[in-house]
Amino acid sequence: MESLWILIPLSVAAVFAIGWIFWRSLHGGQFDDLERPGTDVLSDDQ
Amino acid sequence: MNNNEATYNYTVVRQFAVMTVVWGVVGMLVGVIIAAQLLWPELNFDIPWLSYGRLRPLHTNAVIFAFGGCALFATSYYVVQRTCHARLFSDGLAAFTFWGWQAVIVLAAITLPLGITSGKEYAELEWPIDILIALVWVSYAVVFFGTIFKRKIPHIYVANWFYGAFILTVAILHLVNSAAVPATFWKSYSAYSGAQDAMVQWWYGHNAVGFFLTAGFLGIMYYFIPKQAGRPIYSYRLSVVHFWALIFTYMWAGPHHLHYTALPEWTQSLGMVFSLILLAPSWGGMINGIMTLSGAWHKLRDDPILKFLIVSLSFYGMSTFEGPMMSIKTVNALSHYTDWTIGHVHSGALGWVGLVSMGAIYFLIPKLFGRTEMWSVRLINVHFWVATVGIVLYIAAMWIAGVMQGLMWRAVGADGTLTYTFVESVKASYPFYAIRLLGGVLYFGGMVIMAWNVFQTIAEGRKVEAPIPAPATSVAAHA
Repeated sequence: MESLWILIPLSVAAVFAIGWIFWRSLHGGQFDDLERPGTDVLSDDQ
Repeated sequence: MNNNEATYNYTVVRQFAVMTVVWGVVGMLVGVIIAAQLLWPELNFDIPWLSYGRLRPLHTNAVIFAFGGCALFATSYYVVQRTCHARLFSDGLAAFTFWGWQAVIVLAAITLPLGITSGKEYAELEWPIDILIALVWVSYAVVFFGTIFKRKIPHIYVANWFYGAFILTVAILHLVNSAAVPATFWKSYSAYSGAQDAMVQWWYGHNAVGFFLTAGFLGIMYYFIPKQAGRPIYSYRLSVVHFWALIFTYMWAGPHHLHYTALPEWTQSLGMVFSLILLAPSWGGMINGIMTLSGAWHKLRDDPILKFLIVSLSFYGMSTFEGPMMSIKTVNALSHYTDWTIGHVHSGALGWVGLVSMGAIYFLIPKLFGRTEMWSVRLINVHFWVATVGIVLYIAAMWIAGVMQGLMWRAVGADGTLTYTFVESVKASYPFYAIRLLGGVLYFGGMVIMAWNVFQTIAEGRKVEAPIPAPATSVAAHA
């Protein structure tokens, strides 16, 4: 099953890439306030 | 055409929104035709171009990539601009994504009936069209992420995370699965062979379901349900958990399409386990969306657009329960290759993807054409009920037909011989194909009602260029 040699490393790399993006956005303050963004979207046309 | 940075780019959103409706009518009409062919095979009129085997990929491409694709382009361009308080990154590239994507669809509509196909399900288009898709998709990514990059709001709204994951993953899936060696201009051979090709194909196929038909449309859900309900999402925290849990686990579920094949046993079991895990984030998201109406359920009674959006979520919940169950190997032994699978796909496609897209387009059209609401709100309601009854007839017929087929195929007599021939199971399915056709005709009829309503709304409306408002003060203070 040579195709697994592409798919599994690709999927593992994806998991690490996703983990890295998550870590960066966590420390970049994206998830500091998880209340206000939910309500702010309602007033985006005012 | 207003190119300045004080307004949103609504032109490309309008174009994609209108084409969503047009391709919806076309794709669903082809679906009705092939459903009728299963009942009356002579409807192919002995013309090769109209044979079931060629029209079926035309139907799937038209509804998934033309109808669904245009809905995703329209809504993602609208949502990313409005939640980032920024005009699209490049008007020129955005226009290219529109015309390029329409060219892909027209080429598909010509080549597939001609029998030009790479034979990979949901990736049938031949290599020159694949290259055009890749170019359009890279431009889409540049426009979308470019807009995120120039946002005026520090926080990236959760819908954009879903759209972003959908765009990136589809790019990778397309590149890996469509790798092929061209023989002539309209014929190529896959870079993989045999069971390898099957594994790559269903790694693509299932992730296309996960990221094209799920993540993208969850982006729609997380913006349009709060907007239409006028209430924030039930739990913003849960929506963030939903996103990360879904994308961490989805990539591994594909082998459940290849149970009991030449694929190694452990790969099949891995696919099954991850499919079962997926139930948790899927239901978390569904509950999050539906509970947004908690305390305001009366809105469902009067607002047909909200009916579309909320009922789409209940179909999402149903299919994401049914899917993991069907991935269990013992269940799959009964369900695989039967019409149960077709029923499952359509509960997701008609119920979830279709209804949530229609709800979002009903929301968008008046706003894009300077009207307060659709030409006829009553017709939206009619559409909703016709479509819902159609879905229920469709999936119930396929459930019964599928389980019956599975049981007939596995039935053996005392001496170990098969109880039924294959054709007996086909004959037994016949009445259910008639019910399925009726369901399909109703769903298609609903789409025609929508097209009429959209046409009338646009005829009375005018094109709007919306100014970009200053970011809300609470956000600015927070930043």
